[in-house]
Amino acid sequence: MTFSPQLEARFAKMLIAYPEGCKRSAVVPMLIYAQDEVGAVTPELIDEVARRCEVAPLQVDEVVGYYSMLHRQPQGKYHVQVCTNISCMLMGGTELYEHARKKLGLGHKETTADGQFSLEEVECMGACSWAPAVEINYDFHHHVTPEQFDQLIDGLNKNGMKAH
Amino acid sequence: MAVKLYNEPSPLETRVLSKRFGLPNSASLDTYLANDGFKAFRKAREMKPEQIVEEVKTSALRGRGGAGFPTGLKWSFVPRTSPKPKYIVINADESEPGTCKDRLLMEYDPHQMIEGILIAGLAIDSHKGYLYIRGEYRYLIDHMDRAIAEAYSKGYLGKNIAGTGFDFDLYTHSGAGAYECGEETALLDSLEGKRGIPRMKPPFPAVAGAWASPTLLNNVETFSAIPAIIRDGGAAFAALGTPKNGGTRLVCISGHVNKPGVYELPLGFPMLKAIYEVAGGIPGGKKLKAVVPGGSSCPLLKADECDIPMDYDTLAKIGSMLGSGGMVVMDETTDMVKVALRIMRFYAHESCGWCIPCREGTTWLRKILQRFDDGGGRQEDVSLLGELSKNMLGRTFCALGDAAAMPTISIVDKFAADFEKRLSAEAVPQTVMV
Repeated sequence: MTFSPQLEARFAKMLIAYPEGCKRSAVVPMLIYAQDEVGAVTPELIDEVARRCEVAPLQVDEVVGYYSMLHRQPQGKYHVQVCTNISCMLMGGTELYEHARKKLGLGHKETTADGQFSLEEVECMGACSWAPAVEINYDFHHHVTPEQFDQLIDGLNKNGMKAH
Repeated sequence: MAVKLYNEPSPLETRVLSKRFGLPNSASLDTYLANDGFKAFRKAREMKPEQIVEEVKTSALRGRGGAGFPTGLKWSFVPRTSPKPKYIVINADESEPGTCKDRLLMEYDPHQMIEGILIAGLAIDSHKGYLYIRGEYRYLIDHMDRAIAEAYSKGYLGKNIAGTGFDFDLYTHSGAGAYECGEETALLDSLEGKRGIPRMKPPFPAVAGAWASPTLLNNVETFSAIPAIIRDGGAAFAALGTPKNGGTRLVCISGHVNKPGVYELPLGFPMLKAIYEVAGGIPGGKKLKAVVPGGSSCPLLKADECDIPMDYDTLAKIGSMLGSGGMVVMDETTDMVKVALRIMRFYAHESCGWCIPCREGTTWLRKILQRFDDGGGRQEDVSLLGELSKNMLGRTFCALGDAAAMPTISIVDKFAADFEKRLSAEAVPQTVMV
C-alpha cells in the first residue's frame, strides 16, 4: 500500500524517531494516521503496518481491538462524537446526545446509509470547562446547545441527506 | 492579534505557567523568547545536574498528573550515570474526567513545556523525549509538531541547543483512545506499540521504563512549571503555595458554576473561594451539593466538607485527593445515583481487563447502578455497592480499580439519601441483570 506523500513523509520521520530495533513503537500512531486516509483499519492496512514496523500482523491486529479510536469498519465522513461524561452530563450532554440521535437518526456507533455521518457517545475528551462538548472528526465544539448542534450538522450536510 | 482564550481570566489568579496565555502569537518561539523564554535553560546549563534536581525538590512541585508525587524526588530516582540511554516521556494523555488544562499549556505556550523538558534532560542526562498525546487531541499533535519544527529550525532542539553543546530530540507520539494509557506503565506499553496494559512495579520506570531503559515520566503541567522554578528559584515557587505543596496549578472548574474555566491558582487556595469568586458561584443561587475535587477518580466531597484549602495534604487528610486539578461542582438538584452511574460507566468502559477485580468489579458495579437508576434498586444494593468497591481497592496492578472504587464508596456513603429516595419512591420490580 502507498499513502499520500504527506503521510509517507510522516511515516518516514516516525520510523527513525524510536530507538534502533523498536519500530514496533510506530504501530499505534501509524494505524491512526493511516486510518484517516484509508477510512478504516482494513486487513490490508494491518499487513502493511506490520510490514513497515517489522512485527507479525497479529501483533498489529491485537492492538486494534484495544484502542477506541481504531475501527475496522468505515465511519461517516463526519464522525460526530458527543461527550456525556460527568462535566458534560451536568451541563446537558445527555440531552444533547439524545438530540443528536434524533437529528441524525442514528444510535451509538451507527453510520448513515449515505456514509455522511456517524455518531458516537464518547467518554471525556478534555473539554470539561466548556461543556457540553462535541468533537466532529478532530474539531472541538464547546458549549454546544441543541440549536447550535443543528446548525453544525446542517452546515456539513451539503449532500442533501434528509435530516430527521 | 491577541489570542482568544477559552474563558476570561480571573483577577484572583496567580499566573505563572499561564502568564503568556493571551499574548499575541503566544505559541511562537519568538514570543516565548521575548517573554523570559529559555533564560531558565541557559541558567540550568551552568548548574550541576544535582543542583537542578535540588532546585526542583526545593520548589515542592508535586506531579500534576494526579498522583501528586514530589517531582524532584522522582527525578532523583533516575540513574543518570547508567550506561543505557535515558528517555523522557511527557504524559499528554489528558483523559481524567473533569480535566482540560494540558490542552491549554500546549496550545498557548508549547515552548515553555519544551524548555522544561530540556532542563529535565540536563538533570538526568537524557537526549531524547517522547510527547505522548491522546489521539483525540489531533489538533494539538499537529500544533506541537509545528512548535517542535520551529524549535529545531531556530536551534532550540536538535544538536548544540542555543549554542550550549547540549543535544536533544523531541518527538510527538499519538495515542488512539484509551484512558488507561494515562497510567504511566500502560503508557509505556502503548508507546512501545502494544495494548496499554499496566506493568508490575518495581521496577519503576525510572529504572526500567521505555524500551527497558531509565525513563522520566511527568505530566505536561509538571514540565511546564520547571522553567519558572529554575529561572526564579525553587524557593520562590514553593512560597506561592503552602508547605510541601509548592507553586500554582491550573484548576479546571466545570459543572454547575457561572464561569466555568481553567484558572491558575496557588496551592492552598480556598475551595469555596474558587467556586464562589473565581468561578462566579452557582447559577440561580442554588445550593452546593457536592464537589469532585480533582478528577472523577477522587472521592467526592459534601458541601459541608468544602471549606478547605486546596492542597494535596488537606485533601488527603479528609480522605480525598487533589488529583489532576479537575474540579466538578454539583448543585442541589444533582441526582447522585446518576452521577455514580455515569462515573462507573466510564470506568467499566475504560478498564483494560488485565486485572480481574477491576474488570469484573467495574462491570458489576455498572450493572447494579444501572438497575438502580432504571428503578429496580433493592435495599441491599447500597451496601453491596460499597462492599464490592472496597473489595477492588489495592487489588490491581494500576490505580484504575481504585479510581473506580473510591468515588463510588464516597457517593454511597455520603449521599445515601439519594439512594433511599429512589427506593421509597419506586415500586421494586423484579429485574434480571444482563
